[in-house]
Amino acid sequence: MLINWYRFSSPVSFYPLAGSMSSAFGVLAALFAGAGLFVALLLAPPDATQGDAYRIIYIHVPAAWMAMFVYLVMAGWSAFALGFGTRLSAMMAQALAPTGALMAALALWTGAFWGRPTWGTYWAWDARMTSTLILLFLYLGIIALRNAIEDPRRADRACAVLALVGAINVPIIYFSVQWWNTLHQGSSISLTVAPKMAMTMVAGILIMTAAAWCYTLSVVLSRLQAIIVERERGATWLESLIDLRPAGDGAR
Amino acid sequence: MSEFFAMGGYAWYVWMSYGACALALALELAFVRARRKRALEELRMSTPAQPLRASALGAPGSR
Repeated sequence: MLINWYRFSSPVSFYPLAGSMSSAFGVLAALFAGAGLFVALLLAPPDATQGDAYRIIYIHVPAAWMAMFVYLVMAGWSAFALGFGTRLSAMMAQALAPTGALMAALALWTGAFWGRPTWGTYWAWDARMTSTLILLFLYLGIIALRNAIEDPRRADRACAVLALVGAINVPIIYFSVQWWNTLHQGSSISLTVAPKMAMTMVAGILIMTAAAWCYTLSVVLSRLQAIIVERERGATWLESLIDLRPAGDGAR
Repeated sequence: MSEFFAMGGYAWYVWMSYGACALALALELAFVRARRKRALEELRMSTPAQPLRASALGAPGSR
């Protein structure tokens, strides 16, 4: 079947699709989170050395992965917007930033509450923790930059440049545990080496990561809808939304 | 049951982590929904009282 993908590159045609995708990913996120939490808190046995404190891994690792992936996706859309001047890709980057910031904050927060019982400290200026903190500041900087510029099209370009420059930080975070002698441990799960932990634990982390992905997609697409309405106001097609959605029923 | 919540003595750390995540995600969802609702509300305010039907303007996308 031939699909005209270009059709979806305009905010107009993407608005309804974004809504149904957001709902579908929301349902998937709830299902994965339910299964993941069951494995994480009930099924998986306590760790031999860390006891139950290790259970933080099931939210810490997915949050940290998401913080990095979301940044790369945001930088990718930013590059696209910068290169082709496409509005929707810039809006996509705009919609991703707050959720990326939240994931980075959660990675740091859960890391602190895991570090205290296992390393004896909530925080250390270790390479991975510091670079993750910089990631959070990059997200916040991009959000602040957007809010500081009145013209959305100029804000798109400025934010895209900042996002692209900051992308160098992602490989630094990823490889920090190899490049420097850090307090933070090396990767627990790698694509090249067989995992060093029990399969139940690996499964738990992967299911929680799937939940994090679906949640992110769902909330970002929903935010994208809001951004489309905010920014495309005045476009005649938007009035069709009013017809379809009576007062009080504007948002799902 | 209380054994489950005690988390082998690590209750503070485990529940502070899981609780913060649950709270953060719930807040984000609420904020995003409110933002979308507000955006649609402002759109409704900014358009004439009797908006043209979508069909009158052509199908969405035919700007």
